[in-house]
Amino acid sequence: MNHWFKLNSAVASRLQPANLKQMLESSKDSAKLDAMKRIVGMIAKGKNASELFPAVVKNVASKNIEIKKLVYVYLMRYAEEQQDLALLSISTFQRALKDPNQLIRASALRVLSSIRVPIIVPIMMLAIKEASSDLSPYVRKNAAHAIQKLYSLDPEQKEMLIEVIEKLLKDRSTLVAGSVVMAFEEVCPDRIDLIHKNYRKLCNLLVDVEEWGQVVIIHMLTRYARTQFVSPWKTDDDVVEEYNENNFYESDGEQKEKDRNVKKTYTMDPDHRLLLRNTKPLLQSRNAAVVMAVAQLYWHLAPKSEAGIVSKSLVRLLRSNREVQYIVLQNIATMSIQRKGMFEPYLKSFYVRSTDPTMIKTLKLEILTNLANEANISTLLREFQTYVKSQDKQFAAATIQAIGRCATNITEVTDTCLNGLVCLLSNRDETVVAESVVVIKKLLQTQPAHHGEIIKHMAKLLDNITVPVARASILWLIGEYCERVPKIAPDVLRKTAKSFTNEDDLVKLQILNLGAKLYLTNSKQTKLLTQYVLNLGKYDQSYDIRDRTRFIRQLIVPNEKSGALSKYAKKIFLAQKPAPLLESPFKDRDHFQLGTLSHTLNSRATGYLELSDWPDVAPDPAVRNVEVAESVCWHH
Amino acid sequence: MIHSLFLINASGDIFLEKHWKSAVSRSVCDYFFEAQERASEAENVPPVIPTPHHCLLSVYRHKIFFVAVIQSEVPPLFVIEFLHRVVDTFQDYFGVCSEVMIKDNVVVVYEVLEEMLDNGFPLATESNILKELIKPPTILRTVVNTITGSTNVGDQLPTGQLSVVPWRRTGVKYTNNEAYFDVIEEIDAIIDKSGSTITAEIQGVIDACVKLTGMPDLTLSFMNPRLLDDVSFHPCVRFKRWESERILSFIPPDGNFRLLSYHVSAQNLVAIPVYVKHNISFRDSSSLGRFEITVGPKQTMGKTIEGVMVTSQMPKGVLNMSLTPSQGTHIFDPVTKLLSWDVGKINPQKLPSLKGSMNLQAGTSKPDENPTINLQFKIQQLAISGLKVNRLDMYGEKYKPFKGIKYMTKAGKFQVRT
Repeated sequence: MNHWFKLNSAVASRLQPANLKQMLESSKDSAKLDAMKRIVGMIAKGKNASELFPAVVKNVASKNIEIKKLVYVYLMRYAEEQQDLALLSISTFQRALKDPNQLIRASALRVLSSIRVPIIVPIMMLAIKEASSDLSPYVRKNAAHAIQKLYSLDPEQKEMLIEVIEKLLKDRSTLVAGSVVMAFEEVCPDRIDLIHKNYRKLCNLLVDVEEWGQVVIIHMLTRYARTQFVSPWKTDDDVVEEYNENNFYESDGEQKEKDRNVKKTYTMDPDHRLLLRNTKPLLQSRNAAVVMAVAQLYWHLAPKSEAGIVSKSLVRLLRSNREVQYIVLQNIATMSIQRKGMFEPYLKSFYVRSTDPTMIKTLKLEILTNLANEANISTLLREFQTYVKSQDKQFAAATIQAIGRCATNITEVTDTCLNGLVCLLSNRDETVVAESVVVIKKLLQTQPAHHGEIIKHMAKLLDNITVPVARASILWLIGEYCERVPKIAPDVLRKTAKSFTNEDDLVKLQILNLGAKLYLTNSKQTKLLTQYVLNLGKYDQSYDIRDRTRFIRQLIVPNEKSGALSKYAKKIFLAQKPAPLLESPFKDRDHFQLGTLSHTLNSRATGYLELSDWPDVAPDPAVRNVEVAESVCWHH
Repeated sequence: MIHSLFLINASGDIFLEKHWKSAVSRSVCDYFFEAQERASEAENVPPVIPTPHHCLLSVYRHKIFFVAVIQSEVPPLFVIEFLHRVVDTFQDYFGVCSEVMIKDNVVVVYEVLEEMLDNGFPLATESNILKELIKPPTILRTVVNTITGSTNVGDQLPTGQLSVVPWRRTGVKYTNNEAYFDVIEEIDAIIDKSGSTITAEIQGVIDACVKLTGMPDLTLSFMNPRLLDDVSFHPCVRFKRWESERILSFIPPDGNFRLLSYHVSAQNLVAIPVYVKHNISFRDSSSLGRFEITVGPKQTMGKTIEGVMVTSQMPKGVLNMSLTPSQGTHIFDPVTKLLSWDVGKINPQKLPSLKGSMNLQAGTSKPDENPTINLQFKIQQLAISGLKVNRLDMYGEKYKPFKGIKYMTKAGKFQVRT
């Protein structure tokens, strides 16, 4: 026991700043290393270790590479807070920038550019410039990273940095390509003129670039292509584009002859084709981000007849982790609204498993609903029946919504769906019943003609159901179609007048609404009842309800003061109302570029770069021409 | 891109933080905790959480949330895929990825993270390269380091970083040269009440363990490559060769890696190797329910089914179950309502069964849905799709390596609705 205590206190005392300082000043590397490890441990835990700065910075020139590395870690974390002291380390880095070992040069540049001390901006600028012509591509890669760091430290340097970017864009190393395009996207994404001459090289290097760089380059090239090529879609609707590799290399003579036959033939720019051809193999990447990047490129750039090739790969990603599934399903949801055909063959891949997390289930359901058509609806409805019974009630409710959407979109099954939903009204679970009521209400609105029976059924439900939305929906239905259920409606008003004070605000509003409608159509039976309800409403605690009461009374009860509107009260309350549209929440989400954070959030994230519309006339393709001698040399 | 990373354990403690740009206060995680509270289970925490100034992207693995802080537009999959790569790397370095392991090796973790990202952009993510930059801790090395004062940090740039094969380290030497390939297929299926298949597909992977000296160049060919409908490769595979000849040609990374993932085309009917006979009934007004399941072999190509495990999430109304298995052991957790039955091997002469009764909460009505049964199983020496490796050849080196290929079929997401 005693031993333990001693040991523990010994460890604790070594963590004291004073002791750590002593260890850092010791002459032995092992003590220093030990101290640095402890300090890094503190940083990792989020503890403040800034007071050790003077003692740590002295070790920046240590011969021991691990100590040095850990000092770098420390500097990157605290230099910003201790700018003056941080300057002490600069000369060490400047020396290291000239080291014969490329790893040391690169890491010196990394730290120098990471310490975020404004005073050293000129030194950083110089270091970046020099590193950008270093013989080692690894150092040049680090230079590309440093560009962004300097830019965020001092945006004034933009022009100079663009010069470096321009230079590095010409670099032929696959190691540099991804990093410099990243810098381009952060610093000067609008300078597409810098891309022209490098476009073909980037397309050709793409397969050999590391995976992270591939994602960045593909996104950039998608934006580029939308400014430089004409739309391949215009012809899609009437003429099926007949594409084959040879088409583009046909002689001019043949082309002219064709032009005479077809009014206006669309010919894809060979550079546009190059991009599509060179990105396609990347659909086979093991990296989900790369596959998604290619998929969005095909979505935004390929002729519609070709975009289908990405479906299979996207469906493959659904086998991945739940987070990957989540993002991929969101993107498929957006795609499947506009181009059902792309995913119809994979319908069953979106079937829900009881072990899926709820968010995955609802997204799959969304896609299944988007894919529903006359041919597959009966299979789908059978599948939905299983989902409605799910123990996950939130998901069951979502399924009911989905059935409602299928019912409005596919008229053949409207009745079947409606009957199914009515059956659910006798379900034991209140969430299920409530959701069914809400959906039935929306469906009845689209075709109220022959559904008196269902309305009666729902009126009976009112005695038991407690969910406010559902109660409100039933009351609205009865009020709206009170002339179809002339015997029941007044009785419902009677019952709810009794429970008025205990109802939710949402329900109260609908009771008032029901009263007003009955007053206008059947004042003989309901005049007194309505006035009673209006009196209750007048003294309600919620001013929303008091407001509504005052408004309704003025409108329906004629008196001298009531204005010209009273005459039209019936027309106002019982006007034909447009049926609600049951739409996917993913509709129109594709105004955001697919695969982006903004698409996932459905709102513009900072730094989102808009995808431009296709130009009507393509800008001069010759800007991408590179001198022949040069292009030959990088082919070999 | 990635601003900061926070590691959060199951009880909601932030046990590691790392910043690649200016430090972001850990109070940003409050938004994450809020979302965590709203989600009933860890699985339901949304992977993307917007906050007023940042966006939190997270992955959940090994009971740890890896939360990345993002400040501006970035493809979300980019971050998510990267976070998964971080977890894979930790697993590769320490054998397991757990809170204790990460805390014990915090310095190595920090050094690795430092190399993986620069200014929030991935720098080195190939494990072969990372291991040259920062050596993984081993007991022997720890001892040697404390005595000699040498370090875990390499001082030369890994040559792979610069070469055309960035995934392979150089100077690899083995006394025994071996290359093992495991063809592992998983069956994903949903079987309906009556035993007919609603959907079934086969997904496969080829995992390799290659320990070969020098720079070997391998080719692997199949007897029936047409079976492979959709494939994704490790970056080492030469895509053109596959396109033209359906041959996998590659210079492998050193050690363990996934060479290929594939999907077997949907046109081929999937053989379902097991069936489940079930009789689960609840009655209204009775507090007893009946439960009976039997598992049996179906299309197994004469192989034994082993490692069978049956799990099922029972409805909330089930208080307890008294069951007798004909073999294996079973557990019912009355809190989570999870029933699991470790069956073991299936003997076709004597089919395993689990029978008994369920105690239901008195007064509640019977559940709408019978529970779904999840099945796990393994079949050795069989690739259910029929995929067969034809040959494996090595070029570029003189020695004769030992080669081995193993097949296995497993249940993936295999569900039986009852």
